[in-house]
Amino acid sequence: MIALAQLKKLDRAIVPLLVLVGWEAFSRSGALPAALLPAPSTVVWAWTDWLVGTDGNTQTYSGHWVADMLASLSRVAAGFAIATVLGVALGVAIGWSRRIEIVIEPTLQMLRPIPPVSWIPLAIIWFGIANKPAIFLVFLGAFFPILLNTIHGVKSCDRNLIRAGAMVGGSERKLLRYIVVPAAMPSIFAGLRIGIGSAWMLTVTAEMVAVKSGLGYVLWDSYYFLRYDLVLAAMASIGLLGFCSDLSIRLVMARVLHWQRNTTLRGGE
Amino acid sequence: MATIDISNVSKIFTDKKRNADVTALADINLSIARNEFVCLLGPSGCGKSTLLNMIAGFEQPSAGHVTVDGEIVTAPGADRGVVFQHANLMPWLPVWENVAFHLLLGGGQKAERRARAQVYIDMVGLTGFENHYPSELSGGMNQRVGIARALLMNPQVILMDEPFGALDEQTRMDMQNELVRIWQQHQGTIVFVTHGIDEALTLGTQIAVMSARPGRIVEIIPIDLPRPRDITSPQFNALKRHILALLRGERVEQERAPA
Repeated sequence: MIALAQLKKLDRAIVPLLVLVGWEAFSRSGALPAALLPAPSTVVWAWTDWLVGTDGNTQTYSGHWVADMLASLSRVAAGFAIATVLGVALGVAIGWSRRIEIVIEPTLQMLRPIPPVSWIPLAIIWFGIANKPAIFLVFLGAFFPILLNTIHGVKSCDRNLIRAGAMVGGSERKLLRYIVVPAAMPSIFAGLRIGIGSAWMLTVTAEMVAVKSGLGYVLWDSYYFLRYDLVLAAMASIGLLGFCSDLSIRLVMARVLHWQRNTTLRGGE
Repeated sequence: MATIDISNVSKIFTDKKRNADVTALADINLSIARNEFVCLLGPSGCGKSTLLNMIAGFEQPSAGHVTVDGEIVTAPGADRGVVFQHANLMPWLPVWENVAFHLLLGGGQKAERRARAQVYIDMVGLTGFENHYPSELSGGMNQRVGIARALLMNPQVILMDEPFGALDEQTRMDMQNELVRIWQQHQGTIVFVTHGIDEALTLGTQIAVMSARPGRIVEIIPIDLPRPRDITSPQFNALKRHILALLRGERVEQERAPA
């Protein structure tokens, strides 16, 4: 059993290690020009300089990683926060009230299939080249998954729980607050997790096109200067941040949905 | 003095898909006095749950009216506690919060809610499980939480819709004894829906035997057997035979009727 547990820990590392070692070997073999596919060691070297400014090989970006990261993170945070507030509020309203659904939903359903990136021209015209168009795009990307999952969560709330609430004398507002919203929480969190993924995707896209700072901007700029090591470092940074933001949502979710422990497959993890 | 008065109540469900009307209840008259324990007994489909839901205010009669303490029932309210067939507890709240759910909606302080909940948790024998979640308890324990939740509102009337239907025989008998003890201690009017003849005879002070399609009350039988009731006594069996004959006669009639 101990051997199995150790093997399991090792298992997680096997594939990433093999990929890195193979990649390093392939890059150093000279099959491709080193500039086109920088070795992991080169990427780490560039990343370190970007992060703390070692030998200045990343020039103007040397030591700027934290600032670039915060620029992207703040856009994600702002857009995602607006999307969460609006998505959950509208989702609860649409899921609960047939009338609101009839009035609002068709419009939303018509806007939804438009890919958020296609809003970039309008976003630039409306908001200029700065934080605002990026935040707007992040909002668009995160809003719909949060909205749809909230609607689904509210609509699939067990009727009998609402009956039980009405029986103990709850007004409609109290039922929403104490039954419908808690019951919809698992769905809402599913929406938040999809939403945070879109949020990062759209921040990076916006930064490539409409903003002059952030990880996406560094990525695109390095591409112009043929610094593929920095491109890869930027990609890895985005991946890392995306992972961390999803992880923080999962941690909040584990706290809020702790009652699901032992009742669901996921809860058993 | 009657607490619950059901007069000339009919309920017709419109089946839109098949474009047909189904008469679930036809011209029901029933008067239930304070502190009675009335069992609505009948085969499935006789409308006994529908009748209970109308007392609870979840459904409205198509004709006639239901009054509780002289007031016509139009909506659910805290004066009528309902114990459901499945406990219908909030899975995200621990036992004590479920029991005190009425106070949570009323905006009570946490300490006060906790203290009030404890009284009823002790009453239904769940001491020590205050912080468990419904998913961590057995069906019988969840049902006790549901009963405690209804009792905490201190309602005039407690309505129970086959609350022990999903329990095993042993647990059900324990719960029945428990319920009788609580009823004797707590005092209040109980309307209890069941399809079990033994269950009705064990619990009720009155049994309203119902027939199906359309649902109507065939006979109201007062039960004055001493408690705790001996389910093997001759009196118990005599009543059981009488009820069986009522229900069977009903079936024979149905079979004779052209489909």
